[in-house]
Amino acid sequence: MNFDFSDDQKQLRDQARKFLAEKCSPKAVRVVLDGKAPYDKELWKGLAEMGFLGVAIPEEFGGAGAGHLELCVIAEEMGRTNAPVPFSSTVYLAAEALLIAGSDAQKKKWLPAIASGEAIGTLALFEGKGNPSPKNVKLTAANGVLNGVKKPVADGAIANFAVVAARTGSGGRDGDISLFLVDLKAGGVEVKSLTNLDPTRGQAEITFKDCRAEPLGPAGEGWSILTQVLDRAAVLCAFEQVGGSDRALEMGRDYALDRIAFGRQIGSFQAVKHMLADMYVSATLARSNSYYGAWALSTNAGELPEAAAAARISATQAFQHCAKNNIQVHGGMGFTWEFDCHMYYRRANAMALGLGSLSYWEDQLIDRMRKKNAA
Amino acid sequence: MNFDDTPQEAEFRATARAWIAANAPKQYEEELRKSSLGRTQLKNANILDVAKAWQKKKADAGWACLHWPMEYGGRGASPIERVIWQQEEGAFGKLSHMFIIGHGMCGPTMMAFAREEHKRSYLPPLASGEKVWCQLFSEPAGGSDVAGLRTRAEKDGNDWVINGQKIWTSGAHYSDYGILLTRTDPSVPKHKGLTMFFLDMKSPGVEVRPIKQASGASDFNEVYFTNVRIPDHQRLGEVNDGWNVSLTTLMNERSAIGAGVSTGFPELFDYCSNLMLEDGPAIENRAVRSKLANWAVKASGLRYTSMRAISALSKGDRPGPENSIGKLVAGSMIQDIASYALDLQGGAGVVSGAEDAELAGRFQAMLLRAPGTRVEGGTDEIMRNIIAERVLGLPGDIRVDKDVPFNKIPTKGRG
Repeated sequence: MNFDFSDDQKQLRDQARKFLAEKCSPKAVRVVLDGKAPYDKELWKGLAEMGFLGVAIPEEFGGAGAGHLELCVIAEEMGRTNAPVPFSSTVYLAAEALLIAGSDAQKKKWLPAIASGEAIGTLALFEGKGNPSPKNVKLTAANGVLNGVKKPVADGAIANFAVVAARTGSGGRDGDISLFLVDLKAGGVEVKSLTNLDPTRGQAEITFKDCRAEPLGPAGEGWSILTQVLDRAAVLCAFEQVGGSDRALEMGRDYALDRIAFGRQIGSFQAVKHMLADMYVSATLARSNSYYGAWALSTNAGELPEAAAAARISATQAFQHCAKNNIQVHGGMGFTWEFDCHMYYRRANAMALGLGSLSYWEDQLIDRMRKKNAA
Repeated sequence: MNFDDTPQEAEFRATARAWIAANAPKQYEEELRKSSLGRTQLKNANILDVAKAWQKKKADAGWACLHWPMEYGGRGASPIERVIWQQEEGAFGKLSHMFIIGHGMCGPTMMAFAREEHKRSYLPPLASGEKVWCQLFSEPAGGSDVAGLRTRAEKDGNDWVINGQKIWTSGAHYSDYGILLTRTDPSVPKHKGLTMFFLDMKSPGVEVRPIKQASGASDFNEVYFTNVRIPDHQRLGEVNDGWNVSLTTLMNERSAIGAGVSTGFPELFDYCSNLMLEDGPAIENRAVRSKLANWAVKASGLRYTSMRAISALSKGDRPGPENSIGKLVAGSMIQDIASYALDLQGGAGVVSGAEDAELAGRFQAMLLRAPGTRVEGGTDEIMRNIIAERVLGLPGDIRVDKDVPFNKIPTKGRG
């Protein structure tokens, strides 16, 4: 047993941290935050050149073929810096869906384009309120033609292609859902940007009108593929959330050491110290749960569904907790646009919803634990 | 990252499993499995006798105190082998709780500071459970503020003469030996005038009085010292250097308590999986599920945090202050879980007797014992200070008694 990343993986993490510290300063993030660009194109290009976009994509499809543990350490660094690029939608969702269910031709078409930074992908799942469920998919597919509206779609306005969940049966059962691959630059697609909690990662509404699409994976197996994609993305997002938690904690700690009130560093007051200690605790629990998720993901272990849900819940809670209390430590300054605290607060709360809400994953976790106990 | 046993680990596991299957006191397994914090006792046997017999058997076969060196009665096993043993020992491991203080704290302190001949004569019977040890640190005036203790040790020839009182001493009523922290110089600031000893608990002048706890049980004691004589060769470390000696003990205490912490979660999950509420099975109730999920990720987070610590240990890193989180999280968690389990029982939750209560009063016992787990080995607040100061590097609390001679420190809050 060895419950840690290898030296090579830690080296990769250092490399990613150094790269992002240079290319993804808070100032660079603010260009996107302030609406001056939809995402950081330079950074995206740089990530491709570093080989980070294709780190878990096999070499035969243009990736580095390193693996998912490597992707986890990069994800953590993306989260630390609030990187304003469509990394999670493209790499965790679209690429994973292709890896799980894509035909050889589909993989050959899109995966090298992802690895090289030419293509941005996303998953179009939600249709307004509600959590992932076959019942909440109303968009229809008939004879390879899609009709319906997806909203919100992460990075939908800048994506080249989307994996779309569509109804191919009449009921609300798993078997009524199929997945499709849509080239968003082709006809029948209308995209509208949506204002959202975290402007550094855009959201869109996509309307499909008699849009031609090719099936991704066998008909009627969309839900089971989607569940696998969401589980894998849950682990990867958990690492982003862990990175964000750690950074928010560091910011709070640094400010508590710097700021003097009542003639003392505010970090010498127990109320402040204890708040920061609790942030450390939740970040640590999240990190440990995520490590277990990383192991399950990288080995495709039977434990993955349970481990992914635990990592998801723990990391979501930790990031929300650290981001909100970082603002609290900063006092009034933390609430201003000028300070960076709100970027983490926005990201934490947006990420908490992106793959389905906390209560959805709580439900999933208990179902999966019961299944395991029954087995 | 790898959770599989290496070939050597697999072999160790197989050997341990076979030995446990052939030797463990199986007649108590079911009862032990169902016991939890606050209720670890056997109906038809004295648990101390059963624990001692199991420990002796383990020691004779080389399975006691796995991480200790062989010459002191251990096995010289790796941290991972220790985990494997715990996994295989399962419910029988609960029998070792009586020896936790001795094995986890007194033993390591003796190993670091006792004379070689003492180590060789005192440690093996400690490892084998034949002799039980306790730790005499806390006092009425010094709980979290351990260095505020007042028990005096005065040199008289080759002996030290001890007078004073200790409190919250776990297991003192069945202990044979103890390690004792005393004040040897009250004229210097409090951390600088302390000295550590070990002593025979049957020495003349030692009086042990059990304390009845909130739960009604008596796991702790007050211990009074009246002109108790300890020979100088039983001193641990230098005179007036006892604070440094005690830090070794306390670090070991936190990693011992933090390692296999109980959270109450497996018990609650089990309970909810079988419980019927008015509107159906508890486990299908939305509110119940949400509570369970929140505790589930804390319990798994703690489990994997300790596995990360073990991985670090096996690479040669020392256990650090980050291990304080085990105790901090588990302490309040077990209290909240016990309270929630009673909430699920509704009005009947108030009944606590083993004969009449739901699940033999398991959660009631847990509720009444839980406050102690949040205090022993350092309160939640002390744990948070440790994390804030030693992990995050925040300033220490302001200590107005820091440079004041001990005998000049005020002892009362008012008037």
